[in-house]
Amino acid sequence: MSAASILSVRDLQVSFDLRPATLFGKRRRLVAVDGVGFDLAAGETLGIVGESGCGKSTLARAVLQLLPSSAGTVVWLGDDLGSLSPEEMRRRRRHMQLIFQDPLAALDPRMTVGEIIAEPLDAFEPDLGPAVRGARIAESMDLVGLNPLMINRYPHEFSGGQCQRIGIARAMILKPKLIVCDEPVSALDASIQAQIVNLLGRLQREFGLALIFISHNLSVVRHISQRILVLYLGRLVELAPAEDLFVAPRHPYTRALIAAVPVPDPLIERAKPRLVLGGDVPSPLDPPSGCAFRTRCPKAITLCAERRPETTEAGPGRLVACHRWRE
Amino acid sequence: MVDAVLDGIQPLAGRGLWADAWRRLRANRAAVIGAIVLGVIALAAVAGPMLAPHPIDAIYWDRVTMAPDFALGHYFGTDTNGRDLFARTLYAGRISLALGLAATLVSVAIGVVWGAVAGYFGGRVDAVMMRAVDVLYALPFMFFVILLMVYFGRNPLLLFVALGAVSWLDMARIVRGQTLSLRRKEFIEAATAGGIRDAVIIRRHIVPNCLGPVIIYATLTVPNVILLESFLSFLGLGVQEPMTSWGVLISEGARQLEGGQWLLVFPAGFLATTLFCLNFIGDGLRDALDPKDR
Ligand SMILES: Nc1ncnc2c1ncn2[C@@H]1O[C@H](COP(=O)(O)OP(=O)(O)O)[C@@H](O)[C@H]1O
Ligand code: SF4
Ligand SMILES: [Mg+2]
Repeated sequence: MSAASILSVRDLQVSFDLRPATLFGKRRRLVAVDGVGFDLAAGETLGIVGESGCGKSTLARAVLQLLPSSAGTVVWLGDDLGSLSPEEMRRRRRHMQLIFQDPLAALDPRMTVGEIIAEPLDAFEPDLGPAVRGARIAESMDLVGLNPLMINRYPHEFSGGQCQRIGIARAMILKPKLIVCDEPVSALDASIQAQIVNLLGRLQREFGLALIFISHNLSVVRHISQRILVLYLGRLVELAPAEDLFVAPRHPYTRALIAAVPVPDPLIERAKPRLVLGGDVPSPLDPPSGCAFRTRCPKAITLCAERRPETTEAGPGRLVACHRWRE
Repeated sequence: MVDAVLDGIQPLAGRGLWADAWRRLRANRAAVIGAIVLGVIALAAVAGPMLAPHPIDAIYWDRVTMAPDFALGHYFGTDTNGRDLFARTLYAGRISLALGLAATLVSVAIGVVWGAVAGYFGGRVDAVMMRAVDVLYALPFMFFVILLMVYFGRNPLLLFVALGAVSWLDMARIVRGQTLSLRRKEFIEAATAGGIRDAVIIRRHIVPNCLGPVIIYATLTVPNVILLESFLSFLGLGVQEPMTSWGVLISEGARQLEGGQWLLVFPAGFLATTLFCLNFIGDGLRDALDPKDR
C-alpha cells in the first residue's frame, strides 16, 4: 500500500448462494467477484471496465460494505472496513458516496429534490440552522448545474441527466473523499453522457475527490481515468495507467476490448485489424478451469486450462493475469 | 462559496412531502366535502344528544315504534321500546365513530411500525415478528375477547383494545409485503450508502412509500370495526343498554323492516354517509401523498 493511498482492496471475493434450481438440487454458489485487489490514491480516478454481468456493481458494493464479502479485505484510511461495527461503518460513509446507473430509481419518488440532496447533510450535520442548511443545498445544486429554485420539485419531473445531477449533488453535499460511480452514464442519452462525465471530472479536480468510475464501455472511462482496471468474470485481468493500457494492452481480453472501440476516423476504422471476440461470456456459476477467458482467447494453450494465471507485475504500475502476456 | 452562490438568488423555502400533500388534499373537492360532512356528523354525535328534545333512555309507552313525528320532537321516530331514535342515533354515532377511528388508528400505528421493521430488517427479526403475528392470527378472536372480559371485567376501553389488537395483524402483513419490495429499490440502497440510520430510512423512505395501501386498508378497517362491535354487542360483550351504537341500531332495525323502516334507514344512512366520507378522504389522501398524481 503506497503512502498516498486512501483505499486498499486485497483479494476481495464476493459470492452469492443461490437457491437450488430443482427441488432436490444442490445449493449453488455464484462467485461474482473473485480475488480482486487494487489501491486508490487520494484524488485519483480509477476506471473499472468489463462486460455486463462481470461483477462491476458487485465489486463496487462490496468495497462500500453494502454487500458482505466472502474473503479479502477493504482498508479505508487505515481501518479494515470489514471489522467495523455497523455504526462505525455508517460514520465513515460520510466520506464515501455512491452514484447509480439508473438515476431516477436512486431518488425517493416521494421526496422533494431539496430533501433528497439534504439527506446526507441531515444525517451527519443535524444541527445546522435552516438558513445554513438551505444555503448548503443551493450550493450543492449550483455545483452540479441545477437551478436552486427547483428544490421543491419531485424527481419524476426531471430528465435522466438532471436526475443524475441530483444524485451527484446529494453525493457532493458533504464533500466526500471518494465517490463510486456505478455506470453513471450508461442509462443516459449519448449527448448527455459527455456532460455528466465532464461534470464528474471537474468536481474531481476541483475538490481533489477520488473516483471509482465504472463502465462497460472502455471509451467512456478512457479520458476521465488515470488508471483502468479490466474485469472479466469477476476476476482482475489487467490494471494499468490509462494511456499505457490503450497504447500497449497486455492481456488478450483488453486487446479485444480496445479493438472493439470505434475510431472516429472512418478510414482508420476500416483499416483497423478486426479482433472480434467469439462466443459468449461463460456463466459465473460454472467458470472455465484455469484462465476464465480461455474459451474465447485466441492465444489459449493447454496450460491455460490447467492453471489459473497469477496476477503478475508487468511493468511500472501494471498488473496482468495471463500466462502469455509477454508475447 | 455559499455567499457567492446565493448572490442574486433568494433561496426558496424548502417544502416536504407533507406540506405538498396538505396543499393537494385541500384542492381535492371530494375529500374536502367528505371531511366537512364527516365533521358535521361527528359534531352532531358529540353535541346532538344534548340538543335532542328527548333523552336516549326515556321510554314512552304510548309511542312504541312510531314513525317520524316532528310535532312530538321524534324526528327519526321511536324504537320498539318507545325510545327516541333521533337521540339514540346521534348518541350511537359517538360510540361507533370513536371505536372505529380509535381502533383503526391503533391498527395503523402498530401495524405500520411492526410490518416496516420486520420487512426492513428481514432475516431472523422478520421471522420472529411475523410468527408472532401468525400466532395471534390463529387465536380465536372471541376467545381473546372473553379472556379480556374475564380478567378486566366489562369496560368500554377493553373494546378498543380488543378491536385494535386484531385489526393490526392484517395491516402488519400488508406493510411488510410493501416493505420487502421497497427494500430492493435503489433509493433505499442510496440512503444506506449515504450513511442514513436504519430508523431514519424506515421513517423517511419506507413508511411514506407504503402509505397508499395503508390508507386504503385503513378506510376499510373502520366499517369492519364498527360492524364487529355490533356483533360483540349482540353477544352481550359490547356496549350495553341503554347505550348503543350504529351497529346495534342497524341490526335491531333490520329485524323491523316491516312496519318500521325508519329504524333501519336512519342509522344505516349515517353509517353509509360516514363510510362514503372516509372513502373520499382516503382516496384524496392517497392521491395527495403521491407526487406523480397531478
Ligand atoms: N443479489 C444477487 N444474487 C445472485 N446473483 C447476483 C446478485 N447480484 C449479482 N449477481 C450475479 O453476479 C454477477 C455480477 O453481477 P453485477 O455485479 O451486477 O455485474 P455488472 O455490474 O458488471 O453488470 C452476475 O452474474 C449476476 O447475475
Ligand atoms: S492465460 Fe491463456 S487463455 Fe488466459 S488470457 Fe492468457 S493466453 Fe488467453
Ligand atoms: Mg452493474
